[in-house]
Amino acid sequence: MNVLVYLVPIALGLGLIGLAAFFWSLKNRQYDDLEGAALRMLSDEDLRE
Amino acid sequence: MSANTAATVDFSAFVTPRPDGACEMQLAVEGVHCAGCMSKIERALNALPGVANARLNFTNRRLIVGWRKGEIEPGAIVARLEEIGYRAHPFARAAENEEAREAAFLLRCLAVAGFAAMNVMLLSVSVWSGNFTDITPETRDFFHWLSALIALPAAAYAGRPFYRSAFHALRRRALNMDVPISLGVLLALGLSLFETATSATHAYFDSAVMLLFFLLAGRYLDLMMRKKTRAMAGNLSALKGELAHRLEGGRMVTVPVVALQQHDEILVQPGERIPADGTLLAGTSEIDASLVTGETARKRVQPGEMVYGGSLNFDGALTLRITATGERSLLGEVERLLEVANARKSAYLRLADRAAQLYAPMVHVTAALTLLGWLALGAGWHASIVTAITVLIITCPCALALAVPAVQVVATGALFRSGVLLFSGDALERLAEADTVVFDKTGTLTLPEPRLVNAREVAPDLLAIAARLALASRHPLAKAVARECADRRPYSGVIEHPGQGVSAMIDGVETRLGSTDFCNVALPSADEAEGSSVIAFRHGDRTAILKVRQALRADAAAVVRALMVRGFDVRILSGDRNEAVAEVAAALGVADWRGEIKPAEKIAALEELRAQGRRVLMVGDGLNDAPALAAASVSLSPITAADLTQAQADAVFLGEKLQPVLDCVDLSHRARQLLRENLWLAVLYNTIAVPLAIAGLATPLIAALAMSGSSILVTLNAFRAGRARSFKQTQPTSDAAAMIPIRACH
Repeated sequence: MNVLVYLVPIALGLGLIGLAAFFWSLKNRQYDDLEGAALRMLSDEDLRE
Repeated sequence: MSANTAATVDFSAFVTPRPDGACEMQLAVEGVHCAGCMSKIERALNALPGVANARLNFTNRRLIVGWRKGEIEPGAIVARLEEIGYRAHPFARAAENEEAREAAFLLRCLAVAGFAAMNVMLLSVSVWSGNFTDITPETRDFFHWLSALIALPAAAYAGRPFYRSAFHALRRRALNMDVPISLGVLLALGLSLFETATSATHAYFDSAVMLLFFLLAGRYLDLMMRKKTRAMAGNLSALKGELAHRLEGGRMVTVPVVALQQHDEILVQPGERIPADGTLLAGTSEIDASLVTGETARKRVQPGEMVYGGSLNFDGALTLRITATGERSLLGEVERLLEVANARKSAYLRLADRAAQLYAPMVHVTAALTLLGWLALGAGWHASIVTAITVLIITCPCALALAVPAVQVVATGALFRSGVLLFSGDALERLAEADTVVFDKTGTLTLPEPRLVNAREVAPDLLAIAARLALASRHPLAKAVARECADRRPYSGVIEHPGQGVSAMIDGVETRLGSTDFCNVALPSADEAEGSSVIAFRHGDRTAILKVRQALRADAAAVVRALMVRGFDVRILSGDRNEAVAEVAAALGVADWRGEIKPAEKIAALEELRAQGRRVLMVGDGLNDAPALAAASVSLSPITAADLTQAQADAVFLGEKLQPVLDCVDLSHRARQLLRENLWLAVLYNTIAVPLAIAGLATPLIAALAMSGSSILVTLNAFRAGRARSFKQTQPTSDAAAMIPIRACH
């Protein structure tokens, strides 16, 4: 069962990275306009420039 | 407000400076339906010189625009939006910031609880399956310690909303649902830590964090729903876009009403609403104070008189000075009454909190008895305490605490779709308990604006011309006629004759719309007029009499009848003249009505009903109704109501129909039934789980299964509130349609 010694920290580390990413996205106001984000991808405006 | 006027409005009251020296303004935008609208708006604004950034939030239909100071005026931004076809109005956003912070806090707690729940569960499942196979005690201890390492900080972080609320309740010497929740979580963690330290087989870390995760999810959804309705209501009130003309040293400046201050001199043109209470300095006119007092008869005012904000100015331009709310003014009286009504209003004890007051002592007594029972049976201190705490953990009211917010979220969402914005969380419960409905008349049973009532008696071609001619007039009665108009192009060359009417040459025929004298038409007798205001119309030799009056909402009679069929006692309390109220009461079949009553008498009437043990749903819109709305056990008001009145209502409904009132009542009953079912489900769960726990058979696996199983069950049951067959969804009306997302733009 020695494999647990490094597998468990890896699993937890991955989870913590996910949590940190979520906090970052929350702070970055990614959830302020959920409906708008779904529609913005339809716009081609960024391609013309 | 046309594009030209918007450009000259002084919106500086709404502009906030940004740290980088630029200016920013938030606007509510009407008519945004799809991705096309969004990019059209952003492109148009970003192309304006001086604009630094423009971003539209599609979820709440708000636009944030930043610009470099001095390079563009905020009015020009609004004007540009008008040009491309979107009505917009800036608004101050102070009130909603608090809620946004609260939502972000809950979301962070939810994320932490979710992370902890997943990881601890991963470890727990290994232990559970290992217990049946060949897990070594060392590995199990390692997993338990690891779970403790994750669960303890996570619970300390994510449990704060519950600990805080429980602490506040206990300090007030009261019990709410958060008390047993906090206790359950803390005990589960404490016991698990003790068990881990003593190398025992069972630990409950997973139950504790999963419980927090479920409960936080329920609370977050509840808050988001309320945030959404509040944002929509904010948009609607901002989009009323009330403007006033302020006189600054004789020069007229158009400003938003919120920017007005005491002692400002303002000009009110014919057809406009008086923006604030004031003393008349110059001008005479007829004003309609129905939004204020419920009185539909117009009143002639002279210089020196006091006029109320919200009254509609009919014929003459008025200059007035804004005054403080005098002690003797109606607003002063209304505010005094409001204080009294709010002070007397007892805090409503929510169903969940009532359940908690019963539940918490029962659970704690059961746990104590379990402890004593096992001790008496000679089980030893350690085993007895562990079993007793297991009882507390398993009875931790997860399902009970989810039962209420889950139903509330779904029901509020269903109401939102049918055009009702529900503000207060417990209003649904109070609605379901109401047995008497008291309506105000003016603006509530009737439409807020006068309508043409004899359209069918007039020749259609003649009516079409009259209506198109009326488009050119600003007189409020002419607006009622203009409503009948299919062709929205006004005639050119229309001449307005102040105080008389409008005239034009149409197809070479002299055409006039206005007073009977002006059109040279015989004045109909009082009987013929039936209490309506009369407008005359002459097109060459052909004439017509148009009757305009406050008309009942189209479905008022049907809704009142439906309420009566459901066993409600329906009454009318109005500030209008007795004859006017009697007529409406007769048309609706309401036997119990009173007219000509003052705000204080309205409250007295409600108090009397309450003394008889009735629970009153008050529906009203006037400023005079505000204290009554506060005094009633639950209240509704149409979106056209005075601002102060809306602030007192538990919910606001959109559109021209009265149907939302019925929808509210029906849905609240449906919601209450589901709430009860949910509470019974929670009880059922306890009757199965508690004996197991008392018998000492509840392992962490059983606890985890039972607790999440019951939570999911009540949540699923709550979804039935949204698609109940008994609740027929009404078509969103014009206002609602404009605000509720429709995917394609026409």
